[in-house]
Amino acid sequence: MEILMSIMVGILFTAATYLMLSKSLLRIIVGTGLLSHGAHLLLLTMGGLKTGAAPLLGEKAAAYTDPLPQALILTAIVISFGVTSFFLVLAYRSYQELGTDNMDNLRGTDRHE
Amino acid sequence: MNNLVILPVLVPLVAGIILIFFNKQITVQKWISVIASILTIVVSAILVQTVFNNGIQIIQVGSWKAPYGIVLVADMLASLLVLTASIVSLTCILYAFKTIGEAREKFYFYSVVQFLMVGVLGAFLTGDIFNLFVFFEVMLMSSYVLIVLGGTKVQLRESIKYILVNIISSALFVAAVGLLYSVVGTLNMADLSQRVSEVDQPGILTVIAVMFLVVFGLKGAIFPLFFWLPGSYQAPPTPITALFGALLTKVGVYSILRVFTLIFYHDAEFTHGLISILAGLTVLVGVIGAIAYWDVKKIIIYNIMTAVGVILFGVATLSTTAIAGSIYYVVHDMIVKAALFFLVGAMAHISGTFDLKKMGGLIKNHPVLGWMFFIAVVTLAGIPPLSGFVGKLLIVQGGLENGHYVMAAVVLLSSLLVLYSVMKIFMNGFWGETKLSLQEEKGTTKGLLLPIALLLTLSIALGIGAEWFIPYFHQAAETLMNPSIYIDAVLKE
Repeated sequence: MEILMSIMVGILFTAATYLMLSKSLLRIIVGTGLLSHGAHLLLLTMGGLKTGAAPLLGEKAAAYTDPLPQALILTAIVISFGVTSFFLVLAYRSYQELGTDNMDNLRGTDRHE
Repeated sequence: MNNLVILPVLVPLVAGIILIFFNKQITVQKWISVIASILTIVVSAILVQTVFNNGIQIIQVGSWKAPYGIVLVADMLASLLVLTASIVSLTCILYAFKTIGEAREKFYFYSVVQFLMVGVLGAFLTGDIFNLFVFFEVMLMSSYVLIVLGGTKVQLRESIKYILVNIISSALFVAAVGLLYSVVGTLNMADLSQRVSEVDQPGILTVIAVMFLVVFGLKGAIFPLFFWLPGSYQAPPTPITALFGALLTKVGVYSILRVFTLIFYHDAEFTHGLISILAGLTVLVGVIGAIAYWDVKKIIIYNIMTAVGVILFGVATLSTTAIAGSIYYVVHDMIVKAALFFLVGAMAHISGTFDLKKMGGLIKNHPVLGWMFFIAVVTLAGIPPLSGFVGKLLIVQGGLENGHYVMAAVVLLSSLLVLYSVMKIFMNGFWGETKLSLQEEKGTTKGLLLPIALLLTLSIALGIGAEWFIPYFHQAAETLMNPSIYIDAVLKE
């Protein structure tokens, strides 16, 4: 199961990299979403997967899942959710203001405005 | 347990929340920000003195014992940086009063600055590597808002890249934390340090160390990862750039300093060798950029990178002297970079442009500004007895003791080029033909000189009173060089 998850993480990272290298801003944002999903999945996998066990079953439990990665993922998901929504709003706003979502046209030169 | 440790995080947080409610009353906002910042400074000054007298102070949040709960740890390094950062933020707020403009003030500028401080100070104080990530995100989120606040075209365009780079580095950070957890099974830094030294440093830990180096290097703008910095830092108005230049990159540097002295110091030959090479290249790229440009803001921005390189070189040598020098240099650089950004901001305020070729002879009408700039320049270049000198002396001394001759030479050579790059501003901006008469000037320096003067006084005091400050820095370096002090303080409470 861990191996399958690791491969999944790899696929997510690959897809994210591909999307982030494209020119359309929206694709890039989808790419960052996939990237953070990959990171979260990695976090979950790293704690070790135990099918069926609850995070905590009292002190004498025979098997339990490590609760810490779950707490970490929760935090990381909330953060990436906030950042992604900010990024979406920013992309919309800059599309309005700059009239393009093509990264090539957003390239900076020294003298602007 | 000492509740003092959490106050530098709590005061700006509460102030930031209160400020949200006064978004239309600018005067009230100004008063609250100033009072909150002074309060933060007072609290951190007390913290520094407490740590100096009684050793490392910690607080276990929610009273959960150390390896299980989150701890905030104030050792000398963290508390010194907290103090400096809060002083810099006060001056940024003072400087913003006259320059930031009402539109930005009404859109929660002061509030966001306080939240930025929560992130920065929290990142300095935390003793848990995942919590470091969280504070990083608090800081980054505020910086996203600050960089785009005002919504001019340049800001929108540059902020997209800034945010993209930081999202990628955050994802890497999470991945690195996950891998580290799977290898050693803990996230508390003291516990990490202990367990990493117990396991026999397999290759994976070195890989994780390099991942952390990449993450923090992106924040601190070290050599191959600096590409986003010149554009993003140039876009927002001066007080925000000063805040970023003085604080954000230093948080990255601080994290490298912390992680590579406390946790990953066993495979020093590889990791610290790598840091040393990157430091050298960072210095070189920084000075080349600083010399190449004629935009005053860009020159100072590239100088940030030079300073980061010099500091990292101190880290890479792993000797107490050099690390003390690095810490001294971080503090010095935070102060003097903020002052320099304010100064070039004031120059641009007067002449209406950041282009050095369009300025000239400002010293005729603004002698005070001119001489202040001169002091800042010689401080930056490290001319004795000012503050840059002491730090560089210690770093180079430590480097020579450990046989890093090439790097020490690079650092010394870079001083000359740094001096040249900022002298260029002084020569062309302040000397020469006066291009603007008093009537043609776009703005006055009224109200801008006070924060600069505050910072310069501090920097001069730091240089002349070096004898008096050095014990603090040595204590900080000793804690870094002997992780057992840190581990004992955190785990044996």
